[in-house]
Amino acid sequence: MWVYEKRLQYPVNIKNPNPALAKIIVSQIGGPDGELAASQRYLNQRYTAPYAQVQGILTDVGTEELAHIEVVSAIVYQLTKGLTPEQIKEAGLDAYFVDHTLGIYPQSAAGVPFTAAYFQSKGDPITDLTEDMAAEQKARTTYDNILRFADDPDVRDPIKFLRQREIVHFQRFGDSNLTNLSVKIKAYGGFSAF
Amino acid sequence: MENKKRQLMYAIQMYDFYLYELQLYLDTHPTCPNGLHAFRKYKELREKAAASYAELFGPISPSQSNCESVFEWAKGPWPWEKEAN
Repeated sequence: MWVYEKRLQYPVNIKNPNPALAKIIVSQIGGPDGELAASQRYLNQRYTAPYAQVQGILTDVGTEELAHIEVVSAIVYQLTKGLTPEQIKEAGLDAYFVDHTLGIYPQSAAGVPFTAAYFQSKGDPITDLTEDMAAEQKARTTYDNILRFADDPDVRDPIKFLRQREIVHFQRFGDSNLTNLSVKIKAYGGFSAF
Repeated sequence: MENKKRQLMYAIQMYDFYLYELQLYLDTHPTCPNGLHAFRKYKELREKAAASYAELFGPISPSQSNCESVFEWAKGPWPWEKEAN
């Protein structure tokens, strides 16, 4: 069960539209390392996670990723609000516009629609958590790449917040992997079993 | 967004951020006394800020709607609008 809260996790208040920037930032909604893939990865993996603590972290990080989809969507929405056809064409947003007008659609920067093939749910706790740690670093790199192109402080500020969250999640999944191992070690009666 | 409203919203976002950090940490460190103490402290501050916000500016969650003459929940601006931030 989820309950929606009428607020963003981090404020987004962009004064100047910038369709060229929106075109690349949309990748963090529906791209290969985007927030939609992240949320679905963790929220699907959690069912077969072996320990309550790990089920907890997957539920909670997965839930935070849902809030991140909303923050990135708000950025893309505000960057593309009130554009003229000339601005859309000039920025190369015309291909997106013809398919979605200015609706928010989960796709990569290259225009590939979201696919569940971006993530795995393997049913093996070590495998899944290791994928999750890699996924957080891939998302962090994507935010770094976005920051290379974004010079508007109104955009950089929420993007930097999201980038920082990837690092925190990476650390939390690292702790969860240790939880997996320590429970296993106890089950075998201590280190000597290895 | 008017000043008082923004201030309260920022306070909620700030407390909630700290609580979420603690929540993720406590998932794998469920008996850490410092973590548990900080969670209790910020939960109280967050609840107070959220209650004043709901009273002055409308509900953040549907259950805060008072439902007397109008369903306030459906009133804008919704969070993705610039005016809500």
